[in-house]
Amino acid sequence: MKLKKVWFLALALMLGLFLAACSGGDDGGDTSSEGGDDTSTEEGSGEETGEEETSEPEQVMNFINGDTIPSMDASMVTDEYGIQFLGATMDGLYRLKDGEVVPGIATDHEVSEDGTTWTFTLREDAKWSNGDPVTAHDFVYSWQRAVNPDTGSEYGPYMMGGVIKNATAVNSGDVPVKELGVKAVDNYTFEVTLENPVPYFESLTTFATYYPLNKKFVEEQGDKYATSTDTLVFNGPYTLDNWESTSSSWELNKNADYWDAETVKLEKMTYEVVKDPQTAVDLYESGEIDRAGLSSDLVDQYSTHDDYRVVPETALFYLKLNQTGSDALANVNIRKAISKAFDKEALVNEILNNGSLVSTGFVPKDFVQTPSGEDFREANGDLVTHDVEEAKSLWEKGLEEIGKDSVTLEFLAGDSETAKTMNEYLANQLQTNLPGLTVELKQVPFEQRLDLDTNMDYQIQFAGWGPDYLDPYTFLNLWLTDGGNNKMGFSNEKYDSLLEETATTLAQDPEARYANFLEAEKILAEQAAVAPIYQSASAQLVRPSVQDVYVNAFGPTYEYKWASVGAEE
Amino acid sequence: MLRYILKRVFYMAITLFIIATVSFFLMKMLPGSPLSVENKLSEAQQTIVLEKYGLNDPIPVQYVKYIAGLVQGDLGISFQFDNTPVTDIIMARIGPSMVLGAQALVFGTVLGILFGLVAAISHNGVLDYTSTIIAVLGTSIPSFIFAGLLQWYLAVKFEMFPVALWGTYEHTILPTIALLIFPMAISARFTRTEMLEVLGSDFITTARAKGVTEFGIIFKHGLRNALIPLVTVVGPMAVGLMTGTLVIEQIFAVPGIGEQFVTSVMVVDYPTIMGLTLFFAFLFVAIILVIDLLYVLIDPRIRLTGGES
Repeated sequence: MKLKKVWFLALALMLGLFLAACSGGDDGGDTSSEGGDDTSTEEGSGEETGEEETSEPEQVMNFINGDTIPSMDASMVTDEYGIQFLGATMDGLYRLKDGEVVPGIATDHEVSEDGTTWTFTLREDAKWSNGDPVTAHDFVYSWQRAVNPDTGSEYGPYMMGGVIKNATAVNSGDVPVKELGVKAVDNYTFEVTLENPVPYFESLTTFATYYPLNKKFVEEQGDKYATSTDTLVFNGPYTLDNWESTSSSWELNKNADYWDAETVKLEKMTYEVVKDPQTAVDLYESGEIDRAGLSSDLVDQYSTHDDYRVVPETALFYLKLNQTGSDALANVNIRKAISKAFDKEALVNEILNNGSLVSTGFVPKDFVQTPSGEDFREANGDLVTHDVEEAKSLWEKGLEEIGKDSVTLEFLAGDSETAKTMNEYLANQLQTNLPGLTVELKQVPFEQRLDLDTNMDYQIQFAGWGPDYLDPYTFLNLWLTDGGNNKMGFSNEKYDSLLEETATTLAQDPEARYANFLEAEKILAEQAAVAPIYQSASAQLVRPSVQDVYVNAFGPTYEYKWASVGAEE
Repeated sequence: MLRYILKRVFYMAITLFIIATVSFFLMKMLPGSPLSVENKLSEAQQTIVLEKYGLNDPIPVQYVKYIAGLVQGDLGISFQFDNTPVTDIIMARIGPSMVLGAQALVFGTVLGILFGLVAAISHNGVLDYTSTIIAVLGTSIPSFIFAGLLQWYLAVKFEMFPVALWGTYEHTILPTIALLIFPMAISARFTRTEMLEVLGSDFITTARAKGVTEFGIIFKHGLRNALIPLVTVVGPMAVGLMTGTLVIEQIFAVPGIGEQFVTSVMVVDYPTIMGLTLFFAFLFVAIILVIDLLYVLIDPRIRLTGGES
């Protein structure tokens, strides 16, 4: 009996320890509870200001984020959220404001006659949040780090390779890092040598990989750099606070040391990670957050809500038609028939149902303008439209040419819920409108699709692309004969030479460049290289008080530098 | 007893080693790579990046390095979070899952036992059927349905609790309720069945004959014996609850480990997937050991080894 009591004591002790461990976990959660408390107090004060219309609204916004921020290291960052929060806390040479490139750390720049040497004049009043001045050396260090093979950056070689002199050679270890075409002439003069003239270089410098880094600080932190607020320095409009790489809540606060702090009106933004769209909407309805994204199943329910908005995006989705995969797809009439055979209007309205646009070309709408100020899409018009009759006659002609009366094609696509509905729909449209066509669906996870794409092991593939800088080249270079993303056997000499000219002989001549781009895009349509489907958009609920938050065509999704909380209504 | 424990710990180590090996090779068979913009890089560029993570080594070399790291308690560096050790990720995420899991387990089993007890006592009565219906519903309706209903009615409509997020104690209430339905239903069913069996056995009749009070019969003689089988199911259930659940954590935006596990799989973060698999396996075998030891304490009929006593 006694022995039993001892055991029960031991059990009780274990239970006690266990509970203690649990409450320990609770303590750990306290940092986030601060965020939670803030949310509720701010919400309270928000209501007050709503009642007293004369008082200034508090400059605080509360947002949710779709996931954690995996990296705040400008050289390493690749994901949407890292790029978003680097964008809010950093200033590059230039900055994007509502589709325009405006000065950041650089006040001005000069381009040499041949277009390959860019000399940037930096402002002398820019400071890091630790008090150090932002100098040309910070840019030299950062750009070298991005292509240094020891860094292991993905965007470094991608964004700089072929652009900055020797970037590719440095990355593959063929030449030493100091051979990279960047130089600090003095503290506030930064000189860049390019491989070829790059007319869109200004917009490239707004991207995260091109931000400066404070060498002394980065080297002091070593492997810990950019893993938490304590191991970061900022030079942008906001500072990121209470953050660690695994954090599920954090905040942005106005950076008082920012050179343009006068412009920044917003004092604070709080963030909580929420992945479930329904939960986000519930939080929005309860007033805890100021913006919630809507998945397509929620759009019907909320599209009549006063705060409903559609935010246009610049990603394009299309069908890749692999010309090496089958003799059918090698035939241009068959490819054309496929690209005209499905009803895109119904797809964006019924299936996506989030404001996405029908895509009729190979460069998105509202992305870039021709030198005469016309939208690229408008200038070239609707190149590939839905036309069943024409599709049918092209299809018959094509079948005759290849001497078959029926064709079976494999359709490779993603396996998410929305993707599956879309795939079924597209397969059904193609089969119904093109007699004799059998479509075999192959739905796989994203990673696997990339592998199959790389090996060109598909016939039709549902794919998409988002821009990396503000220039049609970011979309059109995909279909160059040796383009790393071509992977479908498309090759057109005229197309290749038109595009090559835009990066060489015509690089300094915007008019001629755009003429080439427009012509090149027409070739894609004539050859039916890919079949455009839609241009993405996202549906949201946003408080009317959230003002002057710009949506970027590339880089950080939102630009908050000029944002402010306006009076409700 | 000590020898027995040592032996079990040795087996545990072997089990974990096998799990580590199997999960390592399974990971290597997965398509795709940990690169995030794979489609934008040439193969040469990809090789340069993979070099940093030691992924260009032959697989046996990678395996030996991995196991060597494991022995030293090093689970590696996450691919998803730059320069963040996997152990940090586990530490950062396990807290909320443990809190919810423990609360759900404790309240769930206690309530379940009560329901089961009431049902057994009023055998074939109204209370019995009510409790059985609750138990059947609890086991058959997935917890995310409850979660959605709770969130909508108690939080959004009646504003009694926070809608989601994590921080204060109030934030734990709704997810705990959603989680505890299942353990509650299971325990209720077990308790009821066992109680009925125990109450019908000879020693209860003897106790009654000796004049033990009804209270004493139910709690001291009945319940204690009826709970023994329940211990068997509670162990694995505890592990399941405390290692987090994707759906509940996602619906209530709880920064837990279950949700992290799924994210890691989606982004092909090998070190984190393997680290979490091992961690879960470790919890599982450890709890099973504890349960086996508990048996000895609760039930004098069970002996670990023949000769001893």
